Amino acid sequence: MKVVKASDWQAVCRLSDLVENAGVCALMDDEQVAIFYLPGETPRLYAIGNRDPIGNANVLSRGIVGDVNGELVVASPLYKQHFSLTTGQCLEDDAVSIPVYEIALDGDVVKLGK
Amino acid sequence: MATQNIVVVGNGMVGHHYVDQLLQSGLDVAITVIGAEPRPAYDRVHLSEFFAGKKPEELALTTREFYQQNGVKAHFGDAVQEILRDEKAVVTEGGRRFDYDKLVLATGSYPFVPPIPGSSHQRCLTYRTIDDLGAIKSAAQGSKVGVVVGGGLLGLECANALKNLGMETHVVEFAPGLMGVQLDEGGSRMLRRKIEALDVTVHTSTATQDIVPGEDCKLRMNFADDKFLETDMIVFSAGIRPFDQLGRNAGLEIGARGGIVVDYHCRTTDENIFAIGECASLGNFIYGLVAPGYRMAEVAVSQLGSDKKVFKGADMSTKLKLLGVDVGSIGDAHGKGEGSTSYVFSDERAEVYKRINVSSDGKTLLGAVLVGDCDDYDTLLQYFLNGIELPDNPETLILPSVEGGAPQLGPAALPMAATVCSCHNVSKGSIVEAIDGGCCSLGDVKASTRASTGCGGCSALLKSVVDYELEARGVSVDKSICEHFPFTRQEIFHICKVENLRSFDELLAGHGTGRGCDICKPAVASILASLWNDYILNDKTAGLQDTNDRFLANMQKDGTYSVVPRVAGGEITPDKLIVLGEVAKKYNLYTKITGGQRIDLFGAHMGDLPAIWKELVDAGFETGHAYGKALRTVKSCVGSTWCRYGVQDSVSMAIYVENRYKGLRSPHKIKSAVSGCTRECAEAQSKDFGVIATENGWNLYVCGNGGMKPRHADLFATDLDDETLIRYVDRFLMFYVRTADRLQRTSVWLENLEGGLDYLREVVIDDKLGICAELEAQMAAVVGTYQCEWKTTIEDPEKAKRFRQFVNAPDEKDDNVIFVEERGQIRPARDDERDDIIAKSA
Repeated sequence: MKVVKASDWQAVCRLSDLVENAGVCALMDDEQVAIFYLPGETPRLYAIGNRDPIGNANVLSRGIVGDVNGELVVASPLYKQHFSLTTGQCLEDDAVSIPVYEIALDGDVVKLGK
Repeated sequence: MATQNIVVVGNGMVGHHYVDQLLQSGLDVAITVIGAEPRPAYDRVHLSEFFAGKKPEELALTTREFYQQNGVKAHFGDAVQEILRDEKAVVTEGGRRFDYDKLVLATGSYPFVPPIPGSSHQRCLTYRTIDDLGAIKSAAQGSKVGVVVGGGLLGLECANALKNLGMETHVVEFAPGLMGVQLDEGGSRMLRRKIEALDVTVHTSTATQDIVPGEDCKLRMNFADDKFLETDMIVFSAGIRPFDQLGRNAGLEIGARGGIVVDYHCRTTDENIFAIGECASLGNFIYGLVAPGYRMAEVAVSQLGSDKKVFKGADMSTKLKLLGVDVGSIGDAHGKGEGSTSYVFSDERAEVYKRINVSSDGKTLLGAVLVGDCDDYDTLLQYFLNGIELPDNPETLILPSVEGGAPQLGPAALPMAATVCSCHNVSKGSIVEAIDGGCCSLGDVKASTRASTGCGGCSALLKSVVDYELEARGVSVDKSICEHFPFTRQEIFHICKVENLRSFDELLAGHGTGRGCDICKPAVASILASLWNDYILNDKTAGLQDTNDRFLANMQKDGTYSVVPRVAGGEITPDKLIVLGEVAKKYNLYTKITGGQRIDLFGAHMGDLPAIWKELVDAGFETGHAYGKALRTVKSCVGSTWCRYGVQDSVSMAIYVENRYKGLRSPHKIKSAVSGCTRECAEAQSKDFGVIATENGWNLYVCGNGGMKPRHADLFATDLDDETLIRYVDRFLMFYVRTADRLQRTSVWLENLEGGLDYLREVVIDDKLGICAELEAQMAAVVGTYQCEWKTTIEDPEKAKRFRQFVNAPDEKDDNVIFVEERGQIRPARDDERDDIIAKSA
């Protein structure tokens, strides 16, 4: 796992800005990051790229989260491929994966690692 | 043994079947496919559906990707020019060379164009490939009259295509009758009569002498006796000729009537070269149907392994619909065999002709002809193929059914050897084997045996065999909606209702496993909405909704949304029209009229949705639920208010119906329409429920569908008064909402409903299950708790916040969304345009 220096953390929003068991999108510099809040899981926060590389649109934060054989995933709202919330791997196509970001909760501030 | 190099020349239906069978055989081979056409194999049997709007890719039998994934080297758009037998290699026109250990020729055939002077005119076409169809389609533009030369099976299919393209259509046949190969004289006559009733002119015993420029049309065909016919285009479909040139040039033996000579193993006179399908000649016969071609492919594959099969000919029986007319031909249709005795039934009023030819002892069926009614085909074919002994009075097999009529040959009576699917040669035995091997549904059996995946003619028979066998085993089929719940949608509905469950978490904790997924979450959200009709974006349910429901709008390919306000019955005031225009201008939206008589506004950024809806709601609009599995629209015609023919006020009824059921969440979307008279301008018979006015009230139609699988709605009840109509619709819809599978439209639901339409009538009209009061009460609850979801959303700032594009940059927009202008409106930029725009701005 990548170690993120304290200075590289960027605060993006408060916990109350997130939607339980669903995603929102944050802008980190020019990158769109999909943030998912799953209160029943450990950890509770997940961050992956917002871009669906198959549908070529920035939509993954708007997908439904769930699990496929225990793997936490989001389903793309465009063509329903599943992307792992922990590895970014597309479950339907080994050749496709998306970036995963460090995410942490500091008090009630949600921070993304650069 | 080392890996064998197999080169397959030709990628038509048979060539592809060979590759497919070879892949399945598990033999150690390296396969190369060479196709002259630019696209991989497609379904030629259903070619005419191209004109009904099927795209080439929908006719495709395979894809380049499939070949690639299975290690098949595919080379398309480049024909083989020469076989170098000494070097065991082929060379293409493009100069590519492929070495082979075994070569398989599946080059098929080409349409025969009679050597008539003028037949090479550019408006003289053929009917064989997708490219041919494209040429026919473009020639049809600006053509009023079209002629098909050839009254055989393909010729008549082609005539249908011309007719559908809106042309005055003629069929010119050299022989005295239509479909002379498959039909006897009586059958041929009846077919002609029926086809002429469809405004297709048939000219038989007519030989074309030459084709010259016409006076009224573009071409003139001169016949004998100074007769002529003017036409704008001619399609030749006068039989096929085997594509055997490669074999000829390579010195392989060629049959007297063309075709590369093969033995029972489909091997040519070169032991390393096979020929299959329409380019092969076995016993001086070319098998011009797909089923025998498939058999030959399988036999040729088997020669590479240890279990070598033989091909000694094939059944040429066929059943099809030509210009909407059912035609069937089995075995010896003409009754030419020795001792053949025939029974003929002809009904000129109903335009039905049937004939069976039986052996002299009356025990076996030798052949049959059916025109106008093919219901008996499956049964007769089974008698024929399996030599099943005929009943004492064989004529009962073709006589119209009366009490105590012909004995039905049920699935139980079929012997194991009986062929059910002749395209893929699937016997009842193979189906039973598949079921014993774990197939638990019609779909499984089809996937495993491929039965009914060819022409589809055996689908009813297959279903009855599968149903019978499954039932005999007491099989209960696993219909769980996903890995998280071992229940059907109907069962989950029931659990939520009985246990009064209000959230997904409660249901999952009590009855499921894992965390749920994109299958079960929206399904449960829909069930909860149907049952309790709460606001769908509350904290407990927002995360369950499909993306369209979650943002109350329809996501488009670039992640922007389209917005559809409700326009009940399609009636809208000028002031409201102006509001829609103003909102579209202000937010730079693309506007288009929908098929459901509404206006769709495209290209809305997620962040703009609340503001757009604030303006719409303020102007009196409500959400149109275009995003939901819910009631969409109720179309209407203007009815008796304006129309000279209308007999009831269809607009008022449509508005009432739409307002009554708006917001009803259901297993899939629901569409409706109300027509003011039998002219049916609102197209109610293509809707989930449709209402058509009569002099005495309303006729109710149910379970129709347009779209991918059109289904004509069934007439459910007639001459209803307003109250009864609404009562029946209440019950019908709620029964559907309760019992359908996830994403099952009413059409499919009805087809899977045991007892079908009669049962549905018993439930809804006769209250056979005693649930009608409950269904009505549940509908009343839904109707009574309606709210406009957009109104609720914009009134709550916390909810409206969820539409921000970025949680930390509320005013930013997605820079991936790029529009260009076309015909005065925006549209998403194509990839090339996008690259251009980005390059210029950089």
